Amino acid sequence: MATIELRKVEKKFGDLHAVKPLDLAIKDGEFVVLLGPSGCGKTTTLRMISGLETVTGGKILLNGKEVTWNHPSERDLAFVFQFYALYSHLSVRQNIAFPLQAQGMKKQDIDARLKEVVDILRIPHLLRARPGKLSGGDQQRVALARALVRRPSAFLMDEPLGALDAELRESMRAEIKNLHLAQHATTVYVTHDQIEAMAMGDRIVVMSKAEVQQVGTPMEVYYDPANLFVARFIGSPGMNLVKGRVSQGAVHIGDCGRSPFPPGWNTAITRALDGRDEVLMGFRPEAARVNGSGSFSGEVYTTDMHGAYTVLHVRICGDEIVHIRSDRQTSYPIGTPVKFELNPDMVRFFDPRTESAIRREAP
Amino acid sequence: MSRFELQHITKRFPTVTALDDVSFSFEHGEFFVLLGPTGAGKTTTLRVIAGLEKQDEGSILLDGHALDSYTPAERDVAFVFQQYSLYPTMTVYDNLAFPLRSPMRNTPEPEIRKKVDEAAEKLRITQLLNRKTAQLSGGEMQRVAIGRAIVRAPRLFLMDEPLSNLDAKLRESLRVELKHLQKTQGSTTLFVTHDQIEALTMADRIAVLNEGRIVQQGTPDDIYDKPGTTFVAQLVGTPKINLLKAGRQDGTIHVVDSGLTVPAPKLPLPESFLLGIRPEDIRPDPKGAFTANVNLIEPLGVETILHLRSGNNSLVGLVPGMAAQKVGEEIRFDIVREKLHFFGSDGARIVGDAR
Amino acid sequence: MARFEERGPRIPVAQATRVDKVNPRARALRVFIALVSVIMALIMLLPVGVMAISALKTRADVMSAPPKILFRPTLEGFMLLFTDRAVASPARLQELQENAKTGKLGLFERMALDAGMEITGPSAYVTRLENSVIIAGTSTVTSVVLGLFAAYAFSRFGLKGKNDLLFFILSTRMLPAVVVTIPLFLMYRQLGLHDRHLGMIILYTVFNLSFSVWLLKGFIDEIPKEYEEAALVDGYTRIQAFFKIVLPQAVSGIAATTVFCLIFAWNEYAFALMLTSQRARTAPVTIATMMGRGGIEWSAIAAGAMGFLIPVVIVTFALRKYLLRGITFGAIRG
Repeated sequence: MATIELRKVEKKFGDLHAVKPLDLAIKDGEFVVLLGPSGCGKTTTLRMISGLETVTGGKILLNGKEVTWNHPSERDLAFVFQFYALYSHLSVRQNIAFPLQAQGMKKQDIDARLKEVVDILRIPHLLRARPGKLSGGDQQRVALARALVRRPSAFLMDEPLGALDAELRESMRAEIKNLHLAQHATTVYVTHDQIEAMAMGDRIVVMSKAEVQQVGTPMEVYYDPANLFVARFIGSPGMNLVKGRVSQGAVHIGDCGRSPFPPGWNTAITRALDGRDEVLMGFRPEAARVNGSGSFSGEVYTTDMHGAYTVLHVRICGDEIVHIRSDRQTSYPIGTPVKFELNPDMVRFFDPRTESAIRREAP
Repeated sequence: MSRFELQHITKRFPTVTALDDVSFSFEHGEFFVLLGPTGAGKTTTLRVIAGLEKQDEGSILLDGHALDSYTPAERDVAFVFQQYSLYPTMTVYDNLAFPLRSPMRNTPEPEIRKKVDEAAEKLRITQLLNRKTAQLSGGEMQRVAIGRAIVRAPRLFLMDEPLSNLDAKLRESLRVELKHLQKTQGSTTLFVTHDQIEALTMADRIAVLNEGRIVQQGTPDDIYDKPGTTFVAQLVGTPKINLLKAGRQDGTIHVVDSGLTVPAPKLPLPESFLLGIRPEDIRPDPKGAFTANVNLIEPLGVETILHLRSGNNSLVGLVPGMAAQKVGEEIRFDIVREKLHFFGSDGARIVGDAR
Repeated sequence: MARFEERGPRIPVAQATRVDKVNPRARALRVFIALVSVIMALIMLLPVGVMAISALKTRADVMSAPPKILFRPTLEGFMLLFTDRAVASPARLQELQENAKTGKLGLFERMALDAGMEITGPSAYVTRLENSVIIAGTSTVTSVVLGLFAAYAFSRFGLKGKNDLLFFILSTRMLPAVVVTIPLFLMYRQLGLHDRHLGMIILYTVFNLSFSVWLLKGFIDEIPKEYEEAALVDGYTRIQAFFKIVLPQAVSGIAATTVFCLIFAWNEYAFALMLTSQRARTAPVTIATMMGRGGIEWSAIAAGAMGFLIPVVIVTFALRKYLLRGITFGAIRG
């Protein structure tokens, strides 16, 4: 059993709030991702869990036991760093054996564990090499082996793929996820890359400016973002957010389109806005479809080739630019007028004043 | 107007040949991208063009005129580094003004003020002008670095992976901004990166570099649709293309160690070769012709990556939206035949009669 | 590949992970260690303290055994150090006593009078002190300036045999001064540099160069060369890039190097003893050789040592911010 619980954990540096009081309960075997831009507090939170950073308030519990003031070595957690942190003067074998030797394990036990771990990560051929001579991917595999060999209660990973080439990141991502599926080990993973978070996480904790913005499964944060930040941050490109006016049961986007409320939204929106008439309508690039009879119109600003598909940047009235995903068959030179339609199931609404999402089913 | 040409550039270092007979050219106003993995020689190419390194063989020409004997200052190029481009002891304003204050240019102060303000506005950093560079965020620093290049209105912009050190989200927005800026300014730009998304979205044309050699040149569409080698095919496109060993028997192609078969196209195929299938061309279909087991699912929201196992082969598929499939499930799928790629065992694309 | 990471303000790790702030056991240990450190510091400062006190004692007090802890402080030691005296004739004594009554005599003159002497002028020590300032100051400036340019070249340019050259420069420090002094003495005699300021300046400069080149190279290596390359591409010559970009960032390294070179040159004894006699003799030798003059003038020696110590302490203290940063960031531990 390896559950991790954070109760009102907070971190202040003098007057600066690096992490505002945070509650999080991580289940045994769960892969939880702390996601956010630089400086949002995700790494500080991870370091507090590991004990590398002291806590200014709150409690941390491992398997129900409080470890808030335990030394990092007393928490049975393994930490994987972005820049590998391998000992360059030791061979790969010595690097991996290091944590076990520190615990005073017997030689044959160390050898047995070593073999196990090295087979899992497929690096037996690297045992004699020096870390400095290895490629980035191999170095990260060695770092993972060193963490794995301890059989800790949980793994903490701080942007382990950040230093790798884009190509390698893809394959290492799948490797780490496969490892997790095989080992069922509780993992807390920090990244700024929302693609990694979506691909790997059982649950994602989206953070910004020291606060948690939303905790949910990938599908929850993607399809039902709790606020504007999550809506923009998740997805590549993020959600389109256009200003609209509510009147007569429909949303008017300037004078380039109107759409009656999709079913289930009318009551919720009117109630949330409470007399105001400005609302933000959100839709993801794939929720829009270009077709001749669409209810919204605009002009092509530029197009981006993305390999399997194209992204159209369309300027609509009010000088806003929306991104629409399109196939590569049709070509859209700059300036082409286009009409597009929105999938009513995928449209979301936000209160511009609170920046929060308006929930569809009215409470 | 102006056309840059690199002719047979070779650069050797004591331990490695960084550039081996590299030739390519680009026109005024073009956004040309050098794409390749780390160590391919991209940075060396930029440094040779800028004059910070001297090539051992070959020549750099501008409109037919050789630049090789010119110092970096005389070549009128601007360099944006991956990092360490800003002088830490100066304010943002002084950083932007620095190139204009060089003794070579001798620009009067009022004109410097005007040019700096213009550049700051284009990059939306006017509010940062009086700050010290140490107080800036990563994205702001790179904007200032680009601003410093713009301020000189040089003939050519050289950018060495300027977005690599930024957060993913920041990279996205700065990418769009940079492309827009380049298009409106019409500035000739040579941009170097290892990230294929940057290359595909920003480039007018791409040159793929590997181990010091140019492997393929063309528009993003060319590179993606008709990769000349397995290297290029695997470099561009995410998730990576599936490359499977296959053999031909009469009119059918059999993938080794699996039940996948497709009718053979009209190409001179050798006995054994590599079949390339892009993940988006694998279509799950309950009535599909082939079966596979789902090993891993990566839900990205807009699409889902499926890691499949068919026979002894690992396949990666890409399906739009949320996938209905679950890990461990057996699924049926089809392959889009028109989009298959064929490569010889030497890695080169097999061409012949069009399909 | 470093990243533009922002993890909040740059708090040093030691402060951010202060386990002792919460764990009473750790706190007690910390207090104990602090106490032991203070006691050890006191023990180590004891000789310096004794010297400081001796400088303020009278001749008699200095010699007394057991040593006097409570005494009447006096500046007699300084007077003995800075002035030459002679026994005054009775007529002169009379004259001086008259002047004393009317308040025309200075402090030192009155002290001398009490012992039946008169001041005949400043002692040789004052000149020697000046020599120290000139020689140490000039050689420090020269070695730092030359070292700076050499360090930059070693750092940025790929010279053939660079590593050999660097080792050669380091090797000049490998021989102890005593071994080298005799050949140097003979050479200097021949060249007419013996007992000249120029001779000592050249010697100290050369000796300090190895140190300053190595230390400054370490600092300059830390400054990414992309900065200068950006300037080159922007239209500056290398020299301009050096002054505008490298120098401002190397300031702390230069400060650290200056202090170290200064300390060496200021305190240097062996060479000064052998290669100077009257004209270019420096203060350290003078203070030590005061031992031979008609008995050991302990109070004068103590006064001299204290006086000699103070300028260096002041300079080091003033530059302490640079020094600390310099030691931890430089390639060589001093």
